[in-house]
Amino acid sequence: MFFDPSLSRNRINKLCTTVAGVFATIAVLPLLLVLLYVLWNGGRLISFQLFTQLPPAPGMEGGGIGNAILGTLIVTAIATLIALPVGVGGGIYLSEYSRSGWFAQAVRFSNDVLAGVPSIISGVFVYGLIVATRVFFNQSYSAMAGGIALAVLMLPTVIKTTDEGLKLVPQELRWGAYGVGASRFVTITRVILPAAFTPIATGAVLAIARAAGETAPLIFTALFSPFWPEGIFNPIATMSVLIFNFAIMPYEAQNALAWTASFVLVVMILAANLLARWIARAARP
Amino acid sequence: MATDPKTSLSAASLQSPMPSPVSASAPTVTDSVCMSLENVTISYGSFEAVRNVHLELPRSRVTAFIGPSGCGKSTVLRALNRMNDLIPGCSLKGRVVFDGHDIYNPKVDPVEVRRRIGMVFQKPNPFPKTIYENIAFGARINGYKGDMDELVERSLRKAAVWDECKDKLQQSGFSLSGGQQQRLCIARAIATEPEVILMDEPCSALDPISTLKIEETMHELKRNYTIIIVTHNMQQAVRVADMTAFYNAEAVEGGSGKVGYLVEFAETEVIFNSPGQQATLDYVSGRFG
Ligand SMILES: Nc1ncnc2c1ncn2[C@@H]1O[C@H](COP(=O)(O)OP(=O)(O)OP(=O)(O)O)[C@@H](O)[C@H]1O
Ligand SMILES: [Mg+2]
Repeated sequence: MFFDPSLSRNRINKLCTTVAGVFATIAVLPLLLVLLYVLWNGGRLISFQLFTQLPPAPGMEGGGIGNAILGTLIVTAIATLIALPVGVGGGIYLSEYSRSGWFAQAVRFSNDVLAGVPSIISGVFVYGLIVATRVFFNQSYSAMAGGIALAVLMLPTVIKTTDEGLKLVPQELRWGAYGVGASRFVTITRVILPAAFTPIATGAVLAIARAAGETAPLIFTALFSPFWPEGIFNPIATMSVLIFNFAIMPYEAQNALAWTASFVLVVMILAANLLARWIARAARP
Repeated sequence: MATDPKTSLSAASLQSPMPSPVSASAPTVTDSVCMSLENVTISYGSFEAVRNVHLELPRSRVTAFIGPSGCGKSTVLRALNRMNDLIPGCSLKGRVVFDGHDIYNPKVDPVEVRRRIGMVFQKPNPFPKTIYENIAFGARINGYKGDMDELVERSLRKAAVWDECKDKLQQSGFSLSGGQQQRLCIARAIATEPEVILMDEPCSALDPISTLKIEETMHELKRNYTIIIVTHNMQQAVRVADMTAFYNAEAVEGGSGKVGYLVEFAETEVIFNSPGQQATLDYVSGRFG
């Protein structure tokens, strides 16, 4: 009747609990350490001029990362403007128009493959397609090319979450809309999409957050620029590439800026994730 | 009506291993036919769910579909406003005539059919919008130009849910109880001003009080609408229906499962008191199986 800790089943139970706890701690440790390390090294250099000034010339002191922050925002916005309509449209097609045809299966499969493609491949792909061929006004590296490379990375997530989100919408709701004489277009745009807004928005924000931190695809496409952005068809500075460039420079000021940029980037991505959580929890209609 | 040449012709050409439905001669009431099914067979893929249904649904009356589970009541009901189009693999043979036209004619627009033949489902399915918008949505897409506030109130009143809703029109439809949601769905169907309302077990998830309210609503509505209701509740059929159709399912040779068919269609009184078929008598008196 009473709990006997010396029984072998109770001893094994205790052992397993301990082992699982240790592994769980090891799993979250990297995340905690990264956050703390970046916070320690980058957080103390935060200042107002950081957001308003250009990086200093090599060997000089001070300066900021204003152009890189703005550049990351621009490139991510371009990527979002491309990936969101295409991805949501593709998801709608998969879920609403072609539920299980062979074409939809093929699209779903290639989408899953695309999701697993390393980000550097997407960079090389856009390099070959846009940068090397100079299709945009004879420009090579550009914010546009960077945005497209990031859009390629975002696309699978957006398609997948839209497809899955729409599948979660109860069939009865579709029937209800058709039952009052709604056409398919009205049913999708006025009833189904609003009902699936939360998962779609969450997926989109997570995809944007992930793309904003990518480096590899931008090195080949957006390159870098020590100046303020000069339109979307010129090379542009981004935070991830700034970190990549500055962290390995033999100058104190640049190294410090790399740390600060890391901190700002982590905070931005954290904020995006919190936003996604907030959307997911926000009062359902 | 029984002398309609088309009906008697198709009834005569009916060759089915099952007892032939006595539907062709059933509606002796003097009202006009609203919809008629002529030799309708509905299949899911290669599986025939219901076979050779002949039925004439009278206008401005409540018709009940009863029968054991799986005999195809919902399938036939969905065929009446082409809701089956939404189920992949579902196909229909025969004719469903409404307003002089076969609604399965390729030239017919199913959206238009559903605007004139509304539907209320077994599970309440309000849209994730406000109560007001739930009603206004259907009316608006149907091109309603009049006073929307007035229409919302009128529809909610007709569905006997106005008193519970009038102070929370701008709240979500989900803030209502299940029974209220179902009446909201009925109001939504009424607001589009259809000619026929199809109801698939509208009260199966409701308490007796809500059920009675919905039944009262149906009595109100049948003055202006033709109502067809699927129900498992015999008393409900007796209470609300003027006409009753009894369906049954039977295993057939070479078939992959039970095939549903219409056994008998007559005035509710006849079905429950002196049915023409033994199976009907067994079913309505609870001696089934
Ligand atoms: N979407 C579907 N796909 C395939 N078969 C179906 C589908 N819906 C119904 N069926 C089949 O058609 C037959 C009739 O089903 P239906 O839903 O019309 O029965 P019902 O009389 O409404 O039963 P219940 O009283 O349980 O609601 C059943 O054998 C069922 O398995
Ligand atoms: Mg049913």
